Amino acid sequence: MADRTRPSGLFKNVNAKIASIPMILTALCVFLGGTLWTVVYSFTDSKLLPRLRFVGLDQYERLWSAPRWLVSIENLAVYGVLSLILSLVIGFVLAALLDQKIRFENTFRTIFLYPFALSFVVTGLVWQWILNPQFGIQHIVRSLGFESFTFDPLYNADIVMYGILIAGLWQGTGLVMCLMLAGLRGIDEDIWKAARVDGIPMWKTYLFIVIPMMRPVFITTLVIITSGIVKLYDLVVAQTGGGPGNASEVPAKYVYEFMFRAQNLGQGFAASTMMLLSVAIIIIPWAYLEFGGKRRG
Amino acid sequence: MASPAVFASSAGVEPHGPRPRRAISRRNVIVYGTLLVVAIYYLLPLYVMVVTSLKGMPEIRLGNIFSPPVEITFEPWVKAWATACTGLNCDGLSRGFWNSVRITVPSVIISIAIASVNGYALANWRFKGSETFFAILIFGAFIPYQVMLYPIVIILREIGLYGSLWGLVIVHCIFGMPILTLLFRNYFTSVPEELFKAARVDGAGFWGIYLKIMLPMSLPIFVVALIIQITGIWNDFLFGVVYTRPDTYPMTVQLNNIVNSVQGVKEYNVNMAATLLTGLVPLVIYFISGKLFVRGIAAGAVKG
Amino acid sequence: MRYRFSRAVLAAGVAFLATVPAHATDLEVTHWWTSGGEAAAVAEFAKAFDATGNKWVDGAIAGSGDTARPVMISRITGGDPMGATQFNHGRQAEELVQEGLMRDFTELAAKENWTGLINPPTLLQNCTLDGKIYCVPVNIHSWQWIWLSNKAFADAGVPVPKNWDEFVAAGPALEKAGKIPLAMGKQAWQQSGALNVLMAAIVGPETFLKVYKDKSADVAGGPEIAKVFKAADDARKLAAKSNVQNWNEATAMVIGGQAGGQIMGDWAQGEFQVAGQVAGKDYTCLPGLGLNAVIATGGDAFYFPKLDDPEKSKAQEALASVLMSKEAQVAFNLKKGSLPVRGDVDLTTANDCMKKGLEILAAGKTMQWTDELISPDTTQQMNDLMSEFFSTPSLTAEAAQARFAEIIGAAD
Repeated sequence: MADRTRPSGLFKNVNAKIASIPMILTALCVFLGGTLWTVVYSFTDSKLLPRLRFVGLDQYERLWSAPRWLVSIENLAVYGVLSLILSLVIGFVLAALLDQKIRFENTFRTIFLYPFALSFVVTGLVWQWILNPQFGIQHIVRSLGFESFTFDPLYNADIVMYGILIAGLWQGTGLVMCLMLAGLRGIDEDIWKAARVDGIPMWKTYLFIVIPMMRPVFITTLVIITSGIVKLYDLVVAQTGGGPGNASEVPAKYVYEFMFRAQNLGQGFAASTMMLLSVAIIIIPWAYLEFGGKRRG
Repeated sequence: MASPAVFASSAGVEPHGPRPRRAISRRNVIVYGTLLVVAIYYLLPLYVMVVTSLKGMPEIRLGNIFSPPVEITFEPWVKAWATACTGLNCDGLSRGFWNSVRITVPSVIISIAIASVNGYALANWRFKGSETFFAILIFGAFIPYQVMLYPIVIILREIGLYGSLWGLVIVHCIFGMPILTLLFRNYFTSVPEELFKAARVDGAGFWGIYLKIMLPMSLPIFVVALIIQITGIWNDFLFGVVYTRPDTYPMTVQLNNIVNSVQGVKEYNVNMAATLLTGLVPLVIYFISGKLFVRGIAAGAVKG
Repeated sequence: MRYRFSRAVLAAGVAFLATVPAHATDLEVTHWWTSGGEAAAVAEFAKAFDATGNKWVDGAIAGSGDTARPVMISRITGGDPMGATQFNHGRQAEELVQEGLMRDFTELAAKENWTGLINPPTLLQNCTLDGKIYCVPVNIHSWQWIWLSNKAFADAGVPVPKNWDEFVAAGPALEKAGKIPLAMGKQAWQQSGALNVLMAAIVGPETFLKVYKDKSADVAGGPEIAKVFKAADDARKLAAKSNVQNWNEATAMVIGGQAGGQIMGDWAQGEFQVAGQVAGKDYTCLPGLGLNAVIATGGDAFYFPKLDDPEKSKAQEALASVLMSKEAQVAFNLKKGSLPVRGDVDLTTANDCMKKGLEILAAGKTMQWTDELISPDTTQQMNDLMSEFFSTPSLTAEAAQARFAEIIGAAD
């Protein structure tokens, strides 16, 4: 293995390098180049069109004094933490239940997975409807005689993010469940047998033996879930449009609206730079630790 | 870890939990009970969509979204498919369907081809800097699409592909690359070294090993990639509307136009029918390939 | 038939004879008019344009301007422009014009005497930059209306108010009768729109302009505007139980008599019409909230990107002429429910409320509106502030006004 991982000269591995050209171009020109471009223009007063008229840190000062941006960050933090934990927990529990040699496993799995086939826009619309107090769940329960029953998360500023979370989890947990199920199936039967022989309770086996063994699955899942959380936009737009008031605003929406509705590219870029920066701070060191080593299978 | 033969066979999908002893035990009641309750939560929106799409507008105004239709009508479906208006064009979703196919097919094939080669190079033919590029790719997975709209407009303009179908295909390849490369890389990393070494000894090169050894044993991971890409590209609205012209707009643009028209009476039944019609292609693919999907993910995601 | 129709359109603009191309040229037109009434209106333009021997290729994108605008801007800057595109006139397309990406129609405008025809003249001024005309205004929409449900007031046993003050006074009676006094969607643009309407009605156009045109932070933070925020505070209380998002859902509450009234632009009228309601009998409209019957003249306009193809450039001219023609103006605006931009057309079929608007327009009682006066950036900040104000009872009118003055002081 060592002979093909240690580089010695430009023409070593030349085919691999040629094959990687699309990836290298994408990484450098689009992701890195686009990011640098965004950062540079965040220091300008660009309005509708990108222009290089530098204004220093003005855009950032305005960003951090905008109540809406602060609300957006807070919302994303609440949504992110809850969505991450609940996706993992629900996904894992469902996977563990499906892994009990049950009947109709295929049916259940398909039911849990199908929402993933639908876009966030569709998800948002359907849940907006179900949660609508006038004809959704609240209406139904009230018509059953519980007159004081109130369940209108999308219309209550204090709990609106949870209303979005309900829809987000509905769409996304199926995929997490599948990833977890796949991970569980990768665990050797002998480990279960050994645990049973030693009389270790099932929950302990899961928590202290199985989960640590599933580390790679958790990492893949983590990348998929968190990248979805950072990008959270369509779901909010379709469900609440950021309302009531600005109670369900999220950073990606702030970016988009300042770029295209307010026609203040500089402000939008400043906001995206902050988003990218926080992602970079978390991702880059972690990616190096996780993927950067010369470890192999 | 496990041999590639394991992924190809069905060994990877056998349940491992303790075998239930009796048909009705307390444990079974808990397991099935939980699953059923959760299944209702997952099915509820689909039920609402289907039921609503089969009702007439007067019935919808009565206000109970959960009640089954008194009188089943397929009118909304016909309207959503053939006569709903997008501006002046009143031919419903049918207009965008083939455009969506024309966008999705080349985008899916090319993006998967590129990402699988990336993953293969990253797993088996590392070169100086390859891990850095990979780290940048993973970072790219977290960039909100909206942020990249402008830089991509500039790139496409400079290479002269703005507004063409191929420009859009490139965009889909770019944004599908991070997650796909991650999956393929993990998969190929778990292929046993001995296989690879033997092929090298026989004199096979980069492409030879890829085509003769790696491809034949990678069906499951290709299925996963296929599903993720078809879902993502088929459901895409933003890129489809920004990087093409009206004559190549995908189905989702029509869906948006039908659903998002603010003024006038909202035809919920037509909206729901349109929604279901648009989601039909990915849904059908899920229903027929669910088992392969889990098997593929088992292979692609588990081995880090 | 076809010939006669062409003639009718031709009569509208003489210049056009020279510009009719020998063969059909496809011209792509992007816009965000996709609802029933809007699409019917735009179809009138398309029909008139097709009659010139060209072909209107429709590029509609729904979801208001926010979805469509990135598409338009990307296409123009990406070097693949459409033939013509809708914008709200005012400051949205300013920079595209400055960059030299848009076509100038000064010559055609002079030939067809647009300056003489367009009323009020501010409409054309909004299309003008450095003395050149870059867009064609097509309609006038005004924001300054309150729509009242006669049924709701009858149920509450109080007479239908004649102005905002009476409306506020009738609030408790409406509440007692189980009505929501003021229907208001929970979207920011509706809330800041309501504030601006209150401002124009309560302090009058002069002070309004001092705030938005001169951008005087002193006036914005002063005692006059304090009255406006006091009124906004009333509105907030009256609308506290209004639980809808979209403006037309709020209008539906007025139509159904569950709500007393709604502050909304004249596009709300279409909803009353669709519901079969009659102005004066089922609902009442008060321009300028019954206090200051002045209307602002915002609206939509078409811009034309510069194109290389001479055939298409000719077709652009033909389209510009069609948009301004008498026939197309009448046909379009009757369907859209907006007022025509030409002072010389006769809308005999218009309903009562529309006629009220036409009278105010004819009397020249018009004013500039925020679209023309402040940048989209400032509008966005206003929207953010007002949506916070309406959803946060703990944010006092005084504190909101102080932040408002800050935004105005920093506006460009």
